Amino acid sequence: MACDSAPEQLDAYLDGELSASEAANVRDHLKACPACAADALTHLQLRRKVSEAGVRYQPAPEFRSKILSQYSARPRRRNLQWAILIVPALVVLLVILSANLFVARERTREQRALGEVADLHVAALASASPVDVVSTDQHTVKPWFEGKIPFTFNLPDVQGSDFTLRGGRVTYLAQSPGAQLIYQLRKHNLSVFIFQDRSEPFGKTALEPMEFETFHMESWSGHGLRYFVVGDVGANDIQALSKLFRDAG
Amino acid sequence: MEVPDQLLPAATFENLALPLFDQLYNFAHWLTQDRAEAEDLVQETYAKALRGFATFQPGTNFRAWIFRILRNSFLTTRAGLKSTVGFDEELHTEAATTHDASAEDILVEQSNREIVQQVLEELPVPFREILLLYEVEQMSYQETAETLGVPIGTVMSRLSRARKALRAELVKRFKEGRHGM
Repeated sequence: MACDSAPEQLDAYLDGELSASEAANVRDHLKACPACAADALTHLQLRRKVSEAGVRYQPAPEFRSKILSQYSARPRRRNLQWAILIVPALVVLLVILSANLFVARERTREQRALGEVADLHVAALASASPVDVVSTDQHTVKPWFEGKIPFTFNLPDVQGSDFTLRGGRVTYLAQSPGAQLIYQLRKHNLSVFIFQDRSEPFGKTALEPMEFETFHMESWSGHGLRYFVVGDVGANDIQALSKLFRDAG
Repeated sequence: MEVPDQLLPAATFENLALPLFDQLYNFAHWLTQDRAEAEDLVQETYAKALRGFATFQPGTNFRAWIFRILRNSFLTTRAGLKSTVGFDEELHTEAATTHDASAEDILVEQSNREIVQQVLEELPVPFREILLLYEVEQMSYQETAETLGVPIGTVMSRLSRARKALRAELVKRFKEGRHGM
């Protein structure tokens, strides 16, 4: 922790436990202090890791039925008559509900992964050196990644567009290394992430352009790679950069 | 009318307590590190909670109430008693106060589920339990304070120390792993 004056304040801010005025003070500080901003990011990553890792132990089925049978208020015998009628309806309902739950859970995992991508974008911009290879030339940036990541990719020529390449860095999503390219558009920074395509959790499909927290994002897969374009710019700009990459890929 | 009246408390208890079964079990297993002991602990928690249900005030936080019963039951077991004796928060986070913040985000980012679980498992119980209640059960500071029976200020400082200890241990493992390669 760089600012030892109030480490708990920062924690409480990130935990969403501060009043509006206290939160505003911490926010101002974060804008001015890169060390605390980096620390904040580690804090958020750690929280996500712990919340995932902490769900670990499942009760044994026998133990579950034991507790359920002990503490469920048992239905009375006379209820059984209409229960016979209602059970098939319940089964149908259950099937529908569990299908919905499955979809909902998939969506949450997708959201989590997208959240992680948005975090990576913020992390890079907050860090003291957002890019490890600094160059506006794709012919310098692309070879830099050789040997650092287990795949190759094509970079579009952005000459003549409004985008400027700032550089790139190696990044990780779910322990897999990938490339992060940072582009500038007017005063805004955009990240393009490229990872090897794993079927989870996105499948093979392109995702609808989306708004994620304060970012717009677009994601698709092609040639065994999964692309994410993210930035605090309008959906049109995200689309324009995505198109350049799609055409190059 | 007599029958529903008798069923009512049981039905309410069931509605409140049974949905928490998986979470209570997960928490119990994290504390005891043993399946049989975790089952005993959950069993004991349900028995105590049902017996004491009359003292539970509707409208207050049931989850904090029943987690508190589980946790207090654990603390009276042999393993539980051992876990807090001689525990000194200051001592356990001393090592964590100096570290290289710039490299940490990448380390945390790369540490996988198994390593995080190992490190959590080895943290002292007061740190482990507060991280589980806050991050996994997603309790608020207030709920965590109720569960642990401590003031909110203590929740804040202990949580902060627990996170530091976890971070420091992850960084340590990462460095050791690299030397080993």
